[in-house]
Amino acid sequence: MLKRFFDWLGDLPPLAQIPVIILAFLAVVGLLLFFLEVAPRRGRNYTILRAAVAVLVPAVVLFLFGSIWWAIAVAAVLGGALFLLDYRSRQGAGYLLQLFGFLAPAMFLLLVGLIYPSIQTIFQAFLSSRGRFVGLDNFAWIFSQPDNLITIRNTIIWVLVVPIVSTAAGLAYAVFIDRSRGEKFFKILVFMPMAISFVGASIIWRFIYGYREAGNSQYGLLNQLVVWFGGTPVNWLQNAPLNTFLLIVVLIWVQTGFAMVVLSAAIKGVPTEQVEAAELDGTNAWQRFTNVTVPGIRSSLVVVLTTISIASLKVFDIVRTMGTAYPDTGVIANDMVTLAQNFETGRSAAFAVLLFILVLPIVIYNARVIKSQREIR
Amino acid sequence: MTATIPADLPLPGASTTKGAVERADVGNMTRRTKRRLTSRGATIASIIIAVVWTIPTFGLFVTSLRPQAEITRSGWWEVFVKWDLTTENYATVLGNSDLTRSFINSIAITLPATIAPLVIASLAAYAFAWIDFKGKNWLFIFVFALQIVPIQMTLVPLLTLFSRGLNTQAGTLFSGFQGAGIYTQVWIAHTIFALPLAIFLLHNFISEIPGEVIEAARVDGAGHGQIFLRIVLPLTVPAIASFAIFQFLWVWNDLLVALIFASGDASPITRTLAELTGQFGRSAYLLPAGAFIAMLVPLLVFFALQRYFVRGLLAGSTKG
Repeated sequence: MLKRFFDWLGDLPPLAQIPVIILAFLAVVGLLLFFLEVAPRRGRNYTILRAAVAVLVPAVVLFLFGSIWWAIAVAAVLGGALFLLDYRSRQGAGYLLQLFGFLAPAMFLLLVGLIYPSIQTIFQAFLSSRGRFVGLDNFAWIFSQPDNLITIRNTIIWVLVVPIVSTAAGLAYAVFIDRSRGEKFFKILVFMPMAISFVGASIIWRFIYGYREAGNSQYGLLNQLVVWFGGTPVNWLQNAPLNTFLLIVVLIWVQTGFAMVVLSAAIKGVPTEQVEAAELDGTNAWQRFTNVTVPGIRSSLVVVLTTISIASLKVFDIVRTMGTAYPDTGVIANDMVTLAQNFETGRSAAFAVLLFILVLPIVIYNARVIKSQREIR
Repeated sequence: MTATIPADLPLPGASTTKGAVERADVGNMTRRTKRRLTSRGATIASIIIAVVWTIPTFGLFVTSLRPQAEITRSGWWEVFVKWDLTTENYATVLGNSDLTRSFINSIAITLPATIAPLVIASLAAYAFAWIDFKGKNWLFIFVFALQIVPIQMTLVPLLTLFSRGLNTQAGTLFSGFQGAGIYTQVWIAHTIFALPLAIFLLHNFISEIPGEVIEAARVDGAGHGQIFLRIVLPLTVPAIASFAIFQFLWVWNDLLVALIFASGDASPITRTLAELTGQFGRSAYLLPAGAFIAMLVPLLVFFALQRYFVRGLLAGSTKG
């Protein structure tokens, strides 16, 4: 049934589809919110409404998905059970249904789109590409190949360099232009790379790193500079450890805009009274920055560093569009896809698990921050 | 720590930008402080950063205006020696039906894929912030941790689910979206991938709303539906707008999801450009112009919503 709706929608002109789908979506959310509002009310009518919603909604959802009849019946029974559980809930009737209403859409999508595939990947890491259980062989393979070690090394370089440099540059820039004349204009200049897709970025940087043999007219800016200063042009991306750093520059160029915009907003949130008080105490600009501004924006800094770290661990587009033709530029996220395309699912999944493990410290650190913030509250 | 918050709260109706600016220059005293903070060295440093960050894009812009033969012959800076610019490339790109069609596709993909995750995530963020339940902290940390799942890993299982549906031995549970609308799959995929970060960031903001405000509404007889719609959403507008900008940019610029889920008629501009990049030679000279046109929409969105950044994505969490 849902399929029919999308079928009908797909036949509309593209621009007409936008309002239809958005309105349909908002109508469903509106219905949900209306139910969430009236759910905890007392009275027989509301009890009947809750029961009807608990039984009918799962059934209708499965019906829309095109399920068979007995699955729909099971869903209705489960909904009824939830209603009974909710009816006896210690927090009052309607409590559980409300919780469900708020969380279920997100949780359902996450379960289908992220959790289930991750579990599948973790299992695959211990299987060969033919589906036979091979224990830790895939991991042994990763650590026995020199190429893979370079890939892991590169990934670690990316995750160390990109967040630190782009956050530092973004923070410095945000502080320097804060409340200066033409601040908006200055912001746009550094934000612009964020508006460019990686496809666009790879085109742009081709005109920076491009190489032609000496004597020819250069089209890459970097080599033109070398020629103007009397050197011979270098094939930058062919140069093994250097090329990784050159690709890193591209991601820094993109992510600095993100760091700058978020941190600039955070800096404006630091109470001016604190800055003034520090000034009356005779501190200089640097002391005010380290003792007032930085503590004031600490949690924003953590979020920015975390987001950029995760983005650089998952970097894929830049390496794929700019680096694949050159030696030793591999990173885990890209090798993973290449392996999967060669039907080496087990090894590809093992790389994915390795990536999970590399991110774990970041997650643990943030989990502790989240917990401590909640305890303060 | 909550004591300072109510004063900063973006009240509905009050223009947030104006409020922030007014607060920013309260009295001359503050302005003097600011002036001394921005020294000459800082000005020079910021100009250097701005120039270095702009040169690559500027180079692309100049290239996009050069005639086809010149682009491949020499570097874009030669334009300052031999002035030779044309808008022909732009005319060709705009006359190319593939590119205009994929430009429209990009809009049709991006708008729903920005709104849907924001709404769903703010519902979940509200529950995490203001409804108590057992295991709340752990569930929240788990959702946060889902950010690390590499999208590449999830694409194939998701594609299988969309195309074949979910079949058990007893029969079909989900019949799949094969042939059901050209954008359906890519909308759903983007919505899912945006959720972990959106829930995390919006929760930071929503949980900073003073408990007294929520409590007062509850005493007045509002249920969770009304509290969410009438109090939480209006107070969260700056955070929602900021995240909307980023989500818009990410979806607009995405290539990976588009490669898997948006094929043929639904192909967005990034994918069409990437395909042009592949066909070296004949139409490669159109790439700079195409990339520039693709950039315009995100920049417009940024201009339109920029004022919300003053309150910011994380303005709430600075007090943490």
